[in-house]
Amino acid sequence: MKKAIIGKKVGMTQIFGEKGEVYPVTVIEAGPCVVVQKKTEDHDGYSAVQVGFSPVNEKKLTKPEAGHFKKNQTGFFRYVKELRLEDAGNYQVGQEIKADIFAPGEVVDITGTSRGKGFAGGIKRHNFKRGPMAHGSKYHRRVGSLQSRDASRVFKGRRMPGRLGGDRVTVLNLSVVRVDPEKNLLLIKGAVPGATGSLVSIRNATKS
Amino acid sequence: MDIIRTIEQAQMRNDIPAFAPGDTVRVHVKVIEGGRERIQAYEGIVINRKSGGVSETFTVRRVSYGVGVERTFPLHSPRIDHIEVLRHGRVRRAKLYYLRGLRGKAARIREKRV
Repeated sequence: MKKAIIGKKVGMTQIFGEKGEVYPVTVIEAGPCVVVQKKTEDHDGYSAVQVGFSPVNEKKLTKPEAGHFKKNQTGFFRYVKELRLEDAGNYQVGQEIKADIFAPGEVVDITGTSRGKGFAGGIKRHNFKRGPMAHGSKYHRRVGSLQSRDASRVFKGRRMPGRLGGDRVTVLNLSVVRVDPEKNLLLIKGAVPGATGSLVSIRNATKS
Repeated sequence: MDIIRTIEQAQMRNDIPAFAPGDTVRVHVKVIEGGRERIQAYEGIVINRKSGGVSETFTVRRVSYGVGVERTFPLHSPRIDHIEVLRHGRVRRAKLYYLRGLRGKAARIREKRV
């Protein structure tokens, strides 16, 4: 069964396993998410649940946003996201989704927005090689040739310096090391895209 | 940051004696051998203590059968049964990597008077 939740990246630390082995983990404060609206095949053309995360004062929202929450009396939330689930019909509006839907040992996919790196050169952005830094060389970190002389133009898709990061990134097959249902925490082995405090969505792995 | 701290705090041990680089220690390590758990002692000179919090580690160097052996332990590892401090050494730096190049008499460390 497909299941998903929204959370906030708290940061990274390490955890000792049962045999004393050390795991690097990312801590995610996942949920509680409240189902705000249901999207159905008949009405919207697809099935999904719209969930709210991180309660917020009504004053902080715009009138249309607040009105959307008021419709079903679900409380007010900072973030609203849709989770595409086939069994969305089984969820009720107002139902809470908590971190305990996942168990230790489960494999998950995590989506987040990667850290923005600003305008980055070819070396950082596309793993180009650099020129010699010394021995009279003046060719250090530049991109080099853009095309052959015969072409007389630059082909589309040429990799060049530009904005790096800030993209939607999904990391597949990360394993859940520990779940704290009381504090709604998920401890995921390894790194997760995004800066500390950024929003991430967690779903069970699609390719495992 | 608070959440991270509570997770780390829960794993930290408070039964670890105070020791510093230059000290001679005996680390009692739990080893699993064929389904059975026993305790193995590893004795030597602490040559560094690195990092902080739960991720703090220390390295113990000893010379066994003429071969230098270094083992690095996570300070808060549940695999460590206990640590015995045998001798406080008087050293003038925090990382004693220079001991690797010395042997025998030259690799001795003076005892610290407490």
